[in-house]
Amino acid sequence: MIRMEPEKARAAHSSLTAQRVRSAWLFLGPMLLVLAAAAGWPLARTVYFSFTDASLADLDARQWVGFGNYFSVFSMPSGRVLYDGLLVDPVWWRAVWNTARFAVISVTCETILGMIVALVLNAKFPGRGIVRAAILIPWAIPTIVSAKMWQWMLNDQFGIINVVLLNLGLTSAKIAWTANADTAMAAILVVDIWKTTPFMALLILAALQMLPREIIEVARLDGANPWQIFWRVTLPLIRPAVMVAVIFRALDALRIFDLIYVLTPNNVHTKSMSVFARENLFEFDKFAYGSAASTLLFLILALLTIAYIRIGRISLDGGR
Amino acid sequence: MKLFHAFLALGVAAMLVGTPAQAVELSIVSGDTGDGIKVLREILDRYEKDSGNKVGIVVMPTSGTDQFGQYRLWLAAGNSDIDVYQTDVIWAPQLASQLVDLTAATKDVVGAHFPSIIQSQTVNGKLVALPIFTDAPALYYRKDLLDKYRAKVPATWKELADTAKLVMDGERAAGNRDIWGFVFQGNAYEGLTCNALEWVMSSGGGQVIEPDGSISINNPKAAAVLDMARGWVGTIAPPGVLAYQEEESRGVWQTGNAVFMRNWPYAYALGNGGGSPIKGKFDVAPLPAGTGEGARPIATLGGWNLAVSKYSKHQDAAIELVKFIASPAMQKYRTLKTSNLPTIQALYDDADIARQQPIVPRWKQIFLNAVPRPSAATRIKYNEASSQFWNAVHNTLSGDGTAANNLADLEAMLTKLKGRGW
Repeated sequence: MIRMEPEKARAAHSSLTAQRVRSAWLFLGPMLLVLAAAAGWPLARTVYFSFTDASLADLDARQWVGFGNYFSVFSMPSGRVLYDGLLVDPVWWRAVWNTARFAVISVTCETILGMIVALVLNAKFPGRGIVRAAILIPWAIPTIVSAKMWQWMLNDQFGIINVVLLNLGLTSAKIAWTANADTAMAAILVVDIWKTTPFMALLILAALQMLPREIIEVARLDGANPWQIFWRVTLPLIRPAVMVAVIFRALDALRIFDLIYVLTPNNVHTKSMSVFARENLFEFDKFAYGSAASTLLFLILALLTIAYIRIGRISLDGGR
Repeated sequence: MKLFHAFLALGVAAMLVGTPAQAVELSIVSGDTGDGIKVLREILDRYEKDSGNKVGIVVMPTSGTDQFGQYRLWLAAGNSDIDVYQTDVIWAPQLASQLVDLTAATKDVVGAHFPSIIQSQTVNGKLVALPIFTDAPALYYRKDLLDKYRAKVPATWKELADTAKLVMDGERAAGNRDIWGFVFQGNAYEGLTCNALEWVMSSGGGQVIEPDGSISINNPKAAAVLDMARGWVGTIAPPGVLAYQEEESRGVWQTGNAVFMRNWPYAYALGNGGGSPIKGKFDVAPLPAGTGEGARPIATLGGWNLAVSKYSKHQDAAIELVKFIASPAMQKYRTLKTSNLPTIQALYDDADIARQQPIVPRWKQIFLNAVPRPSAATRIKYNEASSQFWNAVHNTLSGDGTAANNLADLEAMLTKLKGRGW
């Protein structure tokens, strides 16, 4: 038995470690560079612009204004005090509320429906392969195309949905789904759920197929009914996969732009955070204010993700 | 062999010197209603034959609000892929710094255009876009239906609503379930600003922001007419009008499902086109006015222009292209096809146009008296001011708050936007 002296062992160990660290950096380097160029740099620029008074008419003439775009206080000569900035902008907070409401409802419905679809598709029946492929179609259509398609179907005068409802006697008059403030958000939710339920179903189905069949069979032998099997065995086992799927969808839903932009009038009833940011960035002469909105949107997404991962005790590195 | 190479080199050099204007590929970006893009393509085909250059069209959505955001982004990024932009009459002050000054290159042709339109495209003494057609809206009405119910063409908004209701109720009772009285542009976008400006100003309620920059919108006359318009939605106008832009309203009108429509002249040629169910059954009139003091018919001035990007790599060729499309011959061609109003004064006396598109000579006075949107007064803040106005109107039409409250809020928001000055 050879015993190395402790210092020697440490030295050998540390040189090996140093070598490994070096090659790790070597392999990671290109990826980090690309990430910094494609994600880090634009993000840093946006954050930087949000602290300036930049205008798209002449980006070079910008000046540093600190937190002015987020919050500022003016004292009028009359002695009145005015608050200004994104943090006290009711239109922004309305957009945050619209987006949050949309995200919670759509992701909840998509998760439940996706789960049902996945459980059905996990069962064995003839033609299962075709049904599995067919159910992916809404997800495969680009969002703009499906939004335009639904716009036609939801049209108040020629739309097929109104014709069907009218002929079935379910409604007495044609309904302007996307124009009416009360139904516009519902219309967007329906289209979004139609489109992304397949995505949820696919991810959950993948998790279901990883489950060893023996566990289910053992539970059945022990006399558990299907309901108990689902709640006590299946669901806990696929929970990590579902949680990851939910966070993907939630991040997507919080950035919702295209459906709302195409389907509904551009008013405060349906405006989302992304629509608000785009409007200020490009339509109004408020590039800096729009950058501030984009920065807040990023912060909200980041904080929600961190909170979700902490609270849900999710591990994104594959462990459980 | 050496000699051959020398000849070859000489030949190539001669070709380079001999054709000073190399054929170039240009890009024009446009979002247009109706047949606009198709006719533009036909005009470009002629240009390609004449010049040897190639021109591609980048097609945009029809909403000017959508186009503007994209154009601003491209221009800010110094995009050299687009050489020519088709711009709305209201954009000149906002985009001027990124467009080529056309003053010198067009001084031989600007005299043929209406001076007021050239003036609208001139910013700080710089002509930033050359007009290709102008716009002033019309009240489209169904001659056959008005005759059937012995109604006359309405001169006031009140008469319009009454006649619309009379005809609509009569037709519905006779079994035409899908007919509506009046369609306009009620979506929350620039078009609603045009419609609402007409309602307010024709009722003596001012022009939202006056030429001197003062904010006049919060007044009882404006509130009264917006409340009246609120009453149209769901009664004489379909509830979906709150999501209609030009083409959606034309969709209802041209399928024969509306008695009245507010729209631009382009719908005239399309309504009389082959296969249109309302061909020959309609006519146009000036928009109605309000009642009471200061009431008079008002038309919002529209119109489209061509501008050359400062970042174009082929500015000279692009300017030639712009001059070609804006030329009297091409404007006449466009007008005969689309009933767009030309910006060349002489074309209003043209016999072919008068015969084929009779709306054009009739509309000369209307467009000459048309009212510009407050884009000159609000300058670079126009889009935001317009957006606040259309949001206040859209909220009122949707039943979200009364007109009086919404206009009071609007005044406060515009005042804040104005700050120390526009």
